[in-house]
Amino acid sequence: MGFKRYVEIGRVALINYGKDYGKLVVIVDVVDQNRALVDAPDMVRSQLNFKRLTLTDIKIDINRAPRKKTLIEAMEKADVKGKWENSSWGRKLIVQKKRASLNDFDRFKVMLAKIKRGGLVRQELAKLKKESA
Amino acid sequence: MVSYRYHQYQVVGRALPTEGDEHPKIYRMKLWHTNEVRAKSKFWYFLRKLKKVKKSNGQILAINEIFEKNPTKINNYGIWLRYQSRTGYHNMYKEFRDTTLNGAVEQMYTEMASRHRVRSPCIQVIKTATIPAKLCKRESTKQFHNSKIKFPLVFKKVRPPTRKLKTTYKASRPNLFV
Repeated sequence: MGFKRYVEIGRVALINYGKDYGKLVVIVDVVDQNRALVDAPDMVRSQLNFKRLTLTDIKIDINRAPRKKTLIEAMEKADVKGKWENSSWGRKLIVQKKRASLNDFDRFKVMLAKIKRGGLVRQELAKLKKESA
Repeated sequence: MVSYRYHQYQVVGRALPTEGDEHPKIYRMKLWHTNEVRAKSKFWYFLRKLKKVKKSNGQILAINEIFEKNPTKINNYGIWLRYQSRTGYHNMYKEFRDTTLNGAVEQMYTEMASRHRVRSPCIQVIKTATIPAKLCKRESTKQFHNSKIKFPLVFKKVRPPTRKLKTTYKASRPNLFV
């Protein structure tokens, strides 16, 4: 049972508390045991407590405290956004966001789609039962 | 947090000119306090101890706030301080790693309060300096001088993302592993 996700320079983390909740950031330097300097393409470089971060599996290759431009290039090269959106964690978050932003009409459409899908599944099941019986 | 965010001020003052002394010497101090009013008061406190001048026979010529030039760079700050304990006055040297000097000074005040039970009125900052990594003396700051630093977060407490979602009772035990 070893640790797999380390705090290290280049580790991608998700902010889980506070004003920038839900943003993906890169750990760019470590201030001390509780805080890290953290940076993302669309925010000013700032320090955050580790308590506000959850580490992800994604790590990019950068030196300590890189320039903003270098950081953005490294993030593009490692395709952080792509890897995140394809990971199961990232996909779950996208779905959660979508569900939270539905309006009543959208929820009605979802209900119809669910009924249709359920109907198709039951048709298939009935066919399989007839074949095996 | 906002209430005791320490700011750095530069206060310039002198005694009032009298017939005996038309151009009294001007003194400048760099201080840390929460706001300008308190910084001015602190200025007179120190100046009284050094020269024969009080607020009533002196004037403040300028007070400016000093801001951090580069708050995105991490520095090692060494702070020399003089504090009053229950038994007497002592000098101390402490090191802090932070992005801004104000942050380091605030760390110093909270650390003195927690480790030595010294409250902020009993602390006098003698000197502060940005220390290059080679000259740091404390192991606790030197251990972060590693460009390939890597450590796991061992105990991860799960927190609700806003305080509104906080509940006293939980249905299941939390998973603390990363």
